[in-house]
Amino acid sequence: MPANAVEVKSLSKRFGAFTAVDAVSFSVEKGEIFGFLGANGAGKSTTIRMLCALLDPTSGTASVGGFDIRREPEKVKRSIGYMSQRFSLYDDLTVAENIRFFGGAYGLNRGTVASRLPWVLEMAGLRGREGSLARTLSVGWKQRLALGCAVLHEPGIVFLDEPTGGVDPASRRRFWELINGLSEQGMTIFVTTHYLDEAEYCNDIRLIHAGRIVAGGSPTELKTAAIRHPILEVACDRPVEALEILQKEPWVVDTSIFGLSLHVGVGEEAEGRRLLADRLGRAGIAVRRVDRIMPSLEDVFIHEIETNAAPGPAAAGEAKP
Amino acid sequence: MKGPTLGGIRSVVKKEFREIRRDSRSLGFMIFLPAFLLLMFGFALTLDVKHIALAVVDGDGSQASRELVDQFSTTEYFDLKAVLPMTTAIDPLMAREDIGAALVIPPRFAEDLLAGRSPSVQVLLDGSNAMTGATAGGYIAAILQTYSQKITLETLARRGLGGLAAPVAAEVRVWYNPELRSSNFLIPGLIAFILMVIVTISTASSIVREKERGTMDQLRISSLGSPDLIIGKMIPYALISLGSAHLVLLLSQVLFGVGIKGSYPLLLLAMVLFVCGALGQGLFISSITRTQQVAFLLALLTSMLPTFILSGFIFPVRNMPAVVQAITYFVPARYFLAALRAIVLKDAGLAAVWPQILFLAAFALLALGGSAARMGRGEKEPRPRRGRARA
Ligand SMILES: Nc1ncnc2c1ncn2[C@@H]1O[C@H](COP(=O)(O)OP(=O)(O)OP(=O)(O)O)[C@@H](O)[C@H]1O
Ligand SMILES: [Mg+2]
Repeated sequence: MPANAVEVKSLSKRFGAFTAVDAVSFSVEKGEIFGFLGANGAGKSTTIRMLCALLDPTSGTASVGGFDIRREPEKVKRSIGYMSQRFSLYDDLTVAENIRFFGGAYGLNRGTVASRLPWVLEMAGLRGREGSLARTLSVGWKQRLALGCAVLHEPGIVFLDEPTGGVDPASRRRFWELINGLSEQGMTIFVTTHYLDEAEYCNDIRLIHAGRIVAGGSPTELKTAAIRHPILEVACDRPVEALEILQKEPWVVDTSIFGLSLHVGVGEEAEGRRLLADRLGRAGIAVRRVDRIMPSLEDVFIHEIETNAAPGPAAAGEAKP
Repeated sequence: MKGPTLGGIRSVVKKEFREIRRDSRSLGFMIFLPAFLLLMFGFALTLDVKHIALAVVDGDGSQASRELVDQFSTTEYFDLKAVLPMTTAIDPLMAREDIGAALVIPPRFAEDLLAGRSPSVQVLLDGSNAMTGATAGGYIAAILQTYSQKITLETLARRGLGGLAAPVAAEVRVWYNPELRSSNFLIPGLIAFILMVIVTISTASSIVREKERGTMDQLRISSLGSPDLIIGKMIPYALISLGSAHLVLLLSQVLFGVGIKGSYPLLLLAMVLFVCGALGQGLFISSITRTQQVAFLLALLTSMLPTFILSGFIFPVRNMPAVVQAITYFVPARYFLAALRAIVLKDAGLAAVWPQILFLAAFALLALGGSAARMGRGEKEPRPRRGRARA
């Protein structure tokens, strides 16, 4: 068996003239939590679906669990778990019926299903609700149940496509605890998200933007290595106007807006503070406070996108053809 | 591609039955709609055309003409509503729907009859309801024919001669159902219609629903092969639709007195083959569509229209233009209907219906084989585009 659970070499997918995934390469070590981060439409799901042998790549190669996704798609499918973005459950089946059906579909015998059932109920926090129809569960429960169903057959690798979309922070935290638990049992986790804060839970991260990988590494590596210039957090009046003014300045590396304050990347801290006060002062914008901060992953992401990839105003928002 | 496995099929069948049982809409669609359609069509066609209000313009006023009028008013199909002085009085009555049919007996009707000159009796029908009009036309033709035969016999007896022309020529065409039993005609067509539409739509949408909800991807990751899935989906829908066909048969026996004259096993064989074809068609549609709306529309169009229009259910095939007739050769419902009518109404055996059975078997094989091939291949289809709305 190879050391890596997933090995991807310049994998591409085109839909007609549009390139959804553009020659991405990376590898995922066994047992780690691998985060695939990107905005809506970045190409996360497309990549996952190729790795799960649900979608044929246009070019490039990849192996999952040691099997080639083109030559041995059936073996790839047998060795993975997959939770799609729509956390696919049968709404008209009860919790227990969903678990039993997927158990049967994965070819588990009755005994195995019976022994896994309490485990899934326990982990999803659904003990006592075995008889509820899946349609009556709230999104957070559904996600946990879908995760349980996806790992019923104890696959070596599980692909989770935006498993935490649309739920409250408490549910997200709970979900990540489950993921951590699975990882501790030795399962390799490949997870996509567009919540940048969730990346902190991952051992290894790739940032994907418009189909291309723009940065990668562990969260700490990303923060320290990717950004070699100071970031200033600026609290000022009329932040939107200030942002527009600063974006045009040659000494500003990148800018973004965080709530009521701005994050401004500058070449050098003292010089940056001086130029900033000067420029905003001329525009009549009162600056209340300027602090040097540790970059967040969001700063890293914005920085990478602005410097690496996109010509034009590509922020962390929509990136569509 | 993997072969079918018993465990896999059983999982899918069980799951499918559970989903159908809990989804009251699909249950109603598959079981109650057919019964409802039968009641609606059945009663509309058997009751509405009785007691048609009839007006008579008797230009002759002879004993012979009164006798002819009696032929009508003594049946339960016609009620004599008015005796009018002239034909112009008919129009306003019919426009107000006071009458549904009018009989115009020409002057010198009796005289012509006696002279053997075949007088022409004019019949006017309210065609605004084509069904009623056509059925009334059938009744009138039958009554006139009976009357003609009586006159012929009388004339022959009187003259001691043979070979004369029919005494009364009626200008009414019999469109269908000359036996005056609309239910006989209707029930086989309705069974075909019900089986085809319900099976095609249910199978197509049950698979496309899985694509839409993403469960199809989950199944593709699992160890179920496409044969497991296809067979597992087929069994519940085939059983339910056959059950609902039997319900229709039972209801038509109880309510309309249409019993099965022919062999039941042969009938069952025809139904099973027809259902398999419809299943295949539904599966095929699901393999080329991605949303439930499109699948529903396509299933509806390809099942309902041909079954309704091109099978001979409503319009006899022999009255269609040649091009359309040629198309009907590719409509399975046409063969099914022919076989069904022959078996149910005429006690036809395999010797009479084997060509239809053969065609149905061929269609079933083609449809199922084609969709299995497509589903096996279609496993690498790209995912549908979705709208992305996220805060
Ligand atoms: N079957 C398809 N045909 C054409 N274009 C497609 C298809 N599937 C995806 N795309 C396009 O490819 C791009 C990447 O899509 P993908 O679903 O991989 O993004 P994503 O990163 O998963 O986004 P999200 O966060 O919204 O799930 C999008 O612009 C999408 O519209
Ligand atoms: Mg996605």
